[in-house]
Amino acid sequence: MSGGAADGEGAASPVVRLRNVGFHHGSKRALDDINLDIAARDIVGFIGPDGVGKSTLFSLIAGARRIESGTVEVLGGDMANAGHRQSACPQIAYMPQGLGKNLYPTLSVRENIDFFARLFGHDRAERTRRIADLTESTGLAPFLDRPAGKLSGGMKQKLGLCCALVHDPDLLILDEPTTGVDPLSRRQFWDLIDHIRATRPQMSVVVATAYMEEAARFRRLIAMDDGKILAEGTPDAFLERTGTASLEAAFIALLPEDKRAGYREVTIAPARDGDGPIAIEAEGLTKRFGDFTAVDHASFRIEKGEIFGFLGSNGCGKTTTMKMLTGLLPASEGEARLFGHAVEPDDIETRRRVGYMSQAFSLYSELSVRQNLELHARLFHLPAAERPRRVAEMIDRFDLRGVEGLYPDDLPLGHRQRLSLAVAMIHAPEILILDEPTSGVDPVARAAFWRILADLSRKDGVTIFISTHFMNEAERCDRIALMHAGKVLVTDTPAALVEAQGGGSLEDAFIARLEAASGAGTIAPPPPTIDDTPAAAPRAPRARRHFDPRRVFSYSHREALELTRDPIRLTLALLGSVILMFVMGYGISFDVEGLKFVVLDRDQTARSRDYIGELQGSRYFIATEPAYSYDEIDARMRAGEISLAIEIPPGFARDIERGAPVSVAAWIDGAMPTRAETISGYVQGMHAHWLQTRATEAGYGDRIAPLATIELRYRYNPSVKSIIAIVPGVIPVLMMLIPAMLAALSVVREKELGSIVNFYVTPTTRIEFLLGKQIPYVAVSMVSFLTLVVLAVGLLGVPLTGSLPTLLLGAVLYLCCSTAIGLLISTFMKSQIAAVFGTAILTILPAVNFSGMIDPVSSLQGVGRLIGEVYPTSYFLVIARGAFSKGLGFAELYPAFLPLLVAAPVLLGLTAALLPKQDR
Amino acid sequence: MRTLLNIINLGVKELRNLLRDPTMMILVVYAFSLAVYSGATAVPETLNRAPIAIVDHDQSQLSVRITDSFFPPYFTAPILTSESEMDRLMDEGEATFALVIPPNFQRDVLAGRRPAVQLNVDATRISQAFTGSGYIQTIISDTVAAYAERHRSASGLPIDLTLRSRFNPTLDKTWFGSIMEIINNVTMLSIVLTGAALIREREHGTIEHLLVMPVTPFEIMVSKIWSMGLVVLVAASLSLLVVVEGFLAVPISGSVPLFVAGAALLLFATTSMGIFLATLARSMPQFGLLLILTLLPLQMLSGGMTARESMPEFVQTIMLAAPTTHFVILAQAILYRGAGIDVVWPQLVAMAIIGGALFTLALLRFRSTISEMT
Repeated sequence: MSGGAADGEGAASPVVRLRNVGFHHGSKRALDDINLDIAARDIVGFIGPDGVGKSTLFSLIAGARRIESGTVEVLGGDMANAGHRQSACPQIAYMPQGLGKNLYPTLSVRENIDFFARLFGHDRAERTRRIADLTESTGLAPFLDRPAGKLSGGMKQKLGLCCALVHDPDLLILDEPTTGVDPLSRRQFWDLIDHIRATRPQMSVVVATAYMEEAARFRRLIAMDDGKILAEGTPDAFLERTGTASLEAAFIALLPEDKRAGYREVTIAPARDGDGPIAIEAEGLTKRFGDFTAVDHASFRIEKGEIFGFLGSNGCGKTTTMKMLTGLLPASEGEARLFGHAVEPDDIETRRRVGYMSQAFSLYSELSVRQNLELHARLFHLPAAERPRRVAEMIDRFDLRGVEGLYPDDLPLGHRQRLSLAVAMIHAPEILILDEPTSGVDPVARAAFWRILADLSRKDGVTIFISTHFMNEAERCDRIALMHAGKVLVTDTPAALVEAQGGGSLEDAFIARLEAASGAGTIAPPPPTIDDTPAAAPRAPRARRHFDPRRVFSYSHREALELTRDPIRLTLALLGSVILMFVMGYGISFDVEGLKFVVLDRDQTARSRDYIGELQGSRYFIATEPAYSYDEIDARMRAGEISLAIEIPPGFARDIERGAPVSVAAWIDGAMPTRAETISGYVQGMHAHWLQTRATEAGYGDRIAPLATIELRYRYNPSVKSIIAIVPGVIPVLMMLIPAMLAALSVVREKELGSIVNFYVTPTTRIEFLLGKQIPYVAVSMVSFLTLVVLAVGLLGVPLTGSLPTLLLGAVLYLCCSTAIGLLISTFMKSQIAAVFGTAILTILPAVNFSGMIDPVSSLQGVGRLIGEVYPTSYFLVIARGAFSKGLGFAELYPAFLPLLVAAPVLLGLTAALLPKQDR
Repeated sequence: MRTLLNIINLGVKELRNLLRDPTMMILVVYAFSLAVYSGATAVPETLNRAPIAIVDHDQSQLSVRITDSFFPPYFTAPILTSESEMDRLMDEGEATFALVIPPNFQRDVLAGRRPAVQLNVDATRISQAFTGSGYIQTIISDTVAAYAERHRSASGLPIDLTLRSRFNPTLDKTWFGSIMEIINNVTMLSIVLTGAALIREREHGTIEHLLVMPVTPFEIMVSKIWSMGLVVLVAASLSLLVVVEGFLAVPISGSVPLFVAGAALLLFATTSMGIFLATLARSMPQFGLLLILTLLPLQMLSGGMTARESMPEFVQTIMLAAPTTHFVILAQAILYRGAGIDVVWPQLVAMAIIGGALFTLALLRFRSTISEMT
C-alpha cells in the first residue's frame, strides 16, 4: 500500500469534519448523529452492511444531497452553504454507486471525459492532454471511441475514475467502485488508485466497499451499522481488537449482538460423490450478436444437487450463457439441455422446473413482499389451497417475517436479494440459475444467503448454477467454471484449480488464468504523468462565476452528441413534423363537399322538381333515393346516411302561383355543429339563388332584389383555400408539440438513470444546466422549422408574403418557449412515463384547441380562453399568419413578440426554481 | 384455463402498479375531468364573439342601426374605427371582419340606388370567415329591409325556407366538443398506459423476469390490454356520466351501454396500437415522439375536429384504417342521434377488424422483439 505517502501530521486540518450529522429517508433513519474527522492525504475505507447509510453519508460529503441535521464541513467550509459548495465542488470528485451510473452510455470514452473536463473549464489543449494521460494510465487508451455503454463493468469504473480525476480533485469519494467488478479488474482498479495517490499525495480518498479483502488495503477503516459508526482504526487494529484472522470475521464480530446472532459460518456438507443424473448440460453453446460472439462453444455438465460456480470477468458471456439456459435467448449454435431435454424458448413446462434470478433483482416495486410472493405463486399455478402455506414457508425460510407488508424499494439490499431468491424458489424448482445474486451484498447477508443455498442443494437436491465475483463464495462451490471472452477456460473443483496453479489463493489462480488467456499480462500502469503540471503549478483559484458560457456549452455539446447518437429520434423529430404538416395541411379543411341529402317531395310538380334541381346541380350536394315519409327521413338521418333533408309541402307550385306564403322545410343533422353551420349556409344561399332566378324569369325580380349589396373581400387569402389558411396555423402547433416532447425527457431521464448527480456535484448552476440542455433542442427544432417553411412555400404553394427575418426571429423565440415548457414538465415529473404523458396532455389540447389555430382566441370562452391568452402558441400564430399570409413585418407584429419575450425567461426561471441543485 | 388465470393475475398486477403511482392517477383524472370540461366549453357555439370592426362613413340613423345590430354572443361589440386603423386591426388579428359603410348610404338606400357596403374578411381564420360573413350579410339585409319598410313599400320574400337542426337544435358545440375530447383522451391514455408502461418495464428489466416464468408473450400482452383498457373505460364512462351529462348538461339521447361497448372495442384497438408503438421505439424519448406522430393525425383527421366530408378523398380513405374514425361516427350516431345497434353495427365490425389486425401485428412484433427487450 502506498500509504507511506500520507504521513498524516496532526497539523493538517481534516478535509472532512462531520458533527452530529443525521438523515432520514422518509420515516427511516439513515444516519444517526455521526461525528467524524477525515484527515487530509489519507485513504479511508467505509465498511458495513447495505443500507447502513454509507451512500447517504458520501452524497452528503459530496454535496449531492441536502443536509438535514448537523454540520458537514468539507475542505474547510460548511457544505450547507451554497457559496462554499460552489467553490469547493471543483476540488471534490464523486463516483456514485452503480456501474457507470454517472456516465453517458451513448457517448464514447473520450467524449465522456471531455464533457467533465469542459465543465471544469479546461481549454482544448489541456483537455486533449488530460484525456491522453488519464486513458493511458487507466489502460483505456485503445478504447477511446467506444461508447461507455458498451464497456465492461471494470472498464466503466475506470472511465468513471478518469471522469472524476479530470479536474485534479483534493478529495476523491468512491462509493463501492468495485461492486460487480471481476477480481482482475478490481485488482487493476486499486493498483490504479494507489498509483494516483502516489503521484498526487495531497489528495484524500474516501471509499466504501463490500469486499473485505479490499478493505485491508486502506490505511484507516470505519465500520458502520444502522446509521452509526461502530468502530474505526487501522485494519490491524480491527483484527487485534476482535481477535480474528480476517477482516470479514472482524466485521462480524463488531456487529451488535442481535445481528451477529444471525451469523454462522457457512458449512457445506461435502457433495455426494458419484454420477448423479445430469441436470444441466451445455454442448457447444454459442451466441452471436451480429459479428460479436458473446458465447463461444461453451460446454459443461452439472450434476443434480451440485453447486456450480461460474466465474469470469465482466462481459465475458456469463449472463448470456445463463439466459440461453433459461430459454430467454435462443442459442445461435449448440444445445442446452435441462434434465436431458433440449431448452426451447417457448417451452413453458421447463420453466416450471427452473428458478432464475437475474442480475437486477427484478421485483415488482409496486407490490409488497407478500404480494410479490403471491403473484409468483399464482403465475406458477400452485394450487390455491397450497399457496398460503407455501408463501408462509418462503417467508420463514428466507427470513422475511416482519417485512411482509413492505415494498421492495424500502428494503435493504440483503432483504431484497433474499426476496428475489424466495420468488425464484416459490414453485420449488429443481434448478436454480442465479446471476451474481450477492453483488453488493454485505458479508452477514451473504453468509445467510449461502446457508440457504447449501440447504437447498444438500437437503432438497436442488441444482444450483451461480455466478459470482466473490472468491470466498467460489470456494464454497462444488465445482467452478472459469469463463473468459465467451469461452469456458477450465472447469474443476476450487481445490484442484489452486493446485494446478501451484498453490496460493483461488483469486491468484483465477487472475493468473485470466491473464494467461488474455495474453496481455498485467496491465502495468505506465509511468506517472497525470500529476506533472497540476502538482507543479499552484492551483490558481479560478474565479467562481455564476454564469459560465463554457459550462453551458459543455452541457449543450453533450446533449447534442446524445441527440446525434440517436438518429431514430432525430429523424422522427425532423421527418415527423414534415409528415404532420402535410397530413394536417391537406386534412383540415372547411370546404364541405359531397354532402348527401334526401328530398321528400309532397308536391311532385314541375316547379318542385325545379327547386330540387337547384340543389342537385350543386357540387356541394349529392342526392340520394327520395324519401316518402317523415319516419324514413328520420331513420336515414339517424343512421348518418344523409346530412340534409328537404321537404316540399303539398301545393307548393299552386301556392306560389297564387302568391300565398309557402314554406319549404330543411332538416340538418346537427350532430356535428360546424358541418351543420356550413350546410345551413349552403342551403340558404341556394334557396336565395333559386328565388332570384325565378323572380327574374317571372319579370318581378325587382321586387325581391336587395336594397343594398354587400361586397365581400376575402383578405390575405383571396382564393379562400383551406390549405393557405391552415398551414401557417399548423406550423406553430407542430413547433410546440415536437420540441416540447424532445425536451421533456432530457431532465427526467437523467433523474431516472442517475447521471443527474453530475449536475449536483459539479459547479454547474441551474441556469447553465437548463440553457445547456435547451440550446441543442432549439437548434434542432429550428432546422425542422426551416424545413417546414421551405416545404410549405415550395411544395404546398403557401405564399410567404411578409418578412422572413421577422418570422425566423419569432420562431427562435417561440422555440425557446416550447422547449422551456418541455424542460419544465421534465423537471417537475418524477418518471419518464409521466413526462411523456404530461407533455401530451399539456401541449396538444392548448396548442390545437385554445391557441387560435381554428377558432381565434378572442372567440373562445372559459378556461380555454384563459389558457389561450397566455399560451405562447397564440402569439406565434399571429406572427406566422402575419408573416405568411398578411404580408407583415416586425413593425406591425412586434406586439406579438412581447409576450414571447416574457414567456421564455419566465418559463426557464420557473424550471430553475423547481430544479433542486441537491438531492433530498 | 391456465392462460386465463395468468392473464387475470398479471392484469391485477398492472392495476396495482397504476394505483400506486399518484402522478399517473392525477393525470388520468385530469384528462377526463378538467381537460374534457375546458375542451368542451372553450369551443364557441356556432359563431361566437367574432371580432368585428366598423368604419362608418355615413353616420346616419341606418348606419348606427347596423352597428347596433352586432352584439354578443355572436359578435364582440363592434370596434368603431377609421379606414387606416382598420388595416392594422385586421393585420394584428384583432378583427376577423371589417365592415365599411359608404357615405350617404342611408340616402342611397331610400332612393333605391342599391349602395354597396364593403365587408372585409380575414380569410386565414377560415372557420369564422364563412359562417360569419353569412351572418353579417343576413343581419345587414334584415336591418336595411326593416328600416326601409317604414319608408317605402316593399314586400317580403314570397317563399320561406325553414331550417331546423336535428339532434342538436341550437348547434351547441359543447355537446360535440365534450365527446370529442373524451375520445381524444381515450386514445391518448390507452396508448400511453400500455406502450409507455411496456417501455418502462423493459428499461427496468421486469419484462425479462416475466419471461422466465411460465407465461407467454400473448398472456403478457392481453393482461396489459384488459387492465389498462378497463381503467380507461371506467374513467371515460364516469367522465361521460359525471362531466358531460352532469356538469355540462349535455342530453345524451342514445344508449350509454352501447356507447361503452363501442369504447371497449376502440380500446382493444388503441391499446394494441400502444404495444405496437412500444415495440417500435427503443427508448422513452423515441416513444414520446411516436406518440405525438400518432395522436395528432388520429385526433385531427378522425372527423372529430372537422367533418370527414371536407377532407380530400385519399385522406378519408386512409383514415378508414384508424379505429377512431369509426368510433367518432359511432359516438355521434349513438349519443346524438340515439341510434341503436341496427345502425352502428358496421362501425363495431370495423373496429373489431382493425383491433384484431393491430393486436395480431403487435403480438407478432412483441414476440419477435422480446429477446431484444431483455
